[in-house]
Amino acid sequence: MRRLITLLQRELSAFYYSPIAYVVLFFFLVLNGLSFWFAIAVLNRAPSENTVVQVFFNSAFFWMAYLLVFPVITMRSFSEEFKLGTIETLMTAPVRDWEVVASKFLACLIFYLSLWLPSLLYFLIFGWFGNRSALGSSGQLLAPYILLLMMGMFNVALGCLASSFTSNQIVAAMISLVLTIGIFFLTLINYVVNSSSPLLREITSYVAQLDHMDSFSRGVIDSRVFVFYPSMTSLLLVITYQVFQYRRWRA
Amino acid sequence: MFGSTQAESITFFMIKVERLTKKYAGVTAISNLSFEVAKGEIVGFLGPNGAGKSTTMRILSSFLPATSGFASIANCDVFKESLKARAHLGYLPENVPLYGDMRVGEYLRYRGSLKGLHGHRLRRRVDTVKELCSVKEVENRLIANLSKGYRQRVGLAEALIHEPDLLILDEPTIGLDPNQIRQVRELIKSLGERHTILLSTHILSEVEMTCTRVIIINRGQIEASDTPENLVGQIRTSGIIRLEATTGTDDPVSWIEKIPGVKSVITSEEDGWQRCSIRVEAKSDPREAIYRLAVDRQWVVRELVQERATLEDAFVELTHKDN
Repeated sequence: MRRLITLLQRELSAFYYSPIAYVVLFFFLVLNGLSFWFAIAVLNRAPSENTVVQVFFNSAFFWMAYLLVFPVITMRSFSEEFKLGTIETLMTAPVRDWEVVASKFLACLIFYLSLWLPSLLYFLIFGWFGNRSALGSSGQLLAPYILLLMMGMFNVALGCLASSFTSNQIVAAMISLVLTIGIFFLTLINYVVNSSSPLLREITSYVAQLDHMDSFSRGVIDSRVFVFYPSMTSLLLVITYQVFQYRRWRA
Repeated sequence: MFGSTQAESITFFMIKVERLTKKYAGVTAISNLSFEVAKGEIVGFLGPNGAGKSTTMRILSSFLPATSGFASIANCDVFKESLKARAHLGYLPENVPLYGDMRVGEYLRYRGSLKGLHGHRLRRRVDTVKELCSVKEVENRLIANLSKGYRQRVGLAEALIHEPDLLILDEPTIGLDPNQIRQVRELIKSLGERHTILLSTHILSEVEMTCTRVIIINRGQIEASDTPENLVGQIRTSGIIRLEATTGTDDPVSWIEKIPGVKSVITSEEDGWQRCSIRVEAKSDPREAIYRLAVDRQWVVRELVQERATLEDAFVELTHKDN
């Protein structure tokens, strides 16, 4: 356990030492700010049944920030170790392979979650000065963040897997971007395929992140999310572990 | 009785390698390698580039799995008890990969705690290795900004941090300037008092000065394993004797070739002096006979020496004979 914490500390400090973290943080704040400004603008224009939380979490700005952040966060996790050759010093220290995979995944997840903290502050300030009823209930505020955790772990694991494939960060980012966006738009199949069978709808509904957010931001919690995302995350991490082991033994 | 002696012979070896083979997609890097390193030895691991030195070291450090065979460190199988084996090992890989974004002191603390040190002991060990490898003056510098020499020493400090029983150093002096090489060599020598060391290098004089034993491998197989003195000795006895003399009207070749033990003579003349290069049979030293011949024939001799072989000659002879 102590080893895992040591590894995690190292991974996290690597994030905050790199300029990438601050570039990401900057653009993330800009997009979140736009999204929040948009939410307030919408509510100011006309009476609405939507809360500010709902509009914020369903705006295009929000989704842009959400989707683009995963490749940037995860691209260096494994790629850099292979590129620098530090994989050799890392894996000849008495650490287990799964500890390395877990620490990298957790560090990315923690960094991802920390990115959402400022937006939480927006709502708290809004609730303080603004209209309490326009904010909705506290459960309604909490639900989207729980969903962000669930969807986030899935996409972070996907990015880590992409990073374990290659020692080139850019290639890792591209793979991760294609996978993340591909899965995000998977529900669109229903509009393209004419017949649109109920089975297809059922399957794609598991990864329909837009729909999930729509219901969670209304405060409607869908339990499928709590089964699907954690189990898919575990699966992706197991694959990452296998790829990682394969690559280092082939090296 | 038998059981106990067997147990003793197992505990004795810090490294034990048996019939180790490693194949990369179609290429055999090492084949059927077997050797042992006893506790307290400083062993030089020599061989031309691509001979399988780094591969062997990587298998010993549990970074690569072997295709077949067995390897152990301090009685721990490097594959089955990899974690235990790694705890006994300080490893400096070729080219010293380090994290450029960390500071030296911070890196050493990180690696120390990864290797199971913490609290007071960690702080003490970090201070000790910083002192030992003279990296104290750069402890707050980013590793990315360090010179090659400092990087090498940071790598060495890292390998030493948990006081490992065994140090495996893959070309520890590559890319250093002569002064730094001397420093590192002195450091390795002093470490040899407390640690068992296996090091690979291309600088043969270094091996002659630091190592108690040399293993020469070529094309994945062991060519020789002995003390540097013995290896050089083997070469010297099949060496060359150089004679420089004026021989008057005599033809030196025909005279010298009559001496028992002489294989062949090559001469060249310069300002009336005959320079003879006399190849002699193994384990024979006909210098005395040559001297007597010269006296008999009234040659004026100004040089008669047996060429001293170096480890370099041994290395070249052992690794080139089938090329």
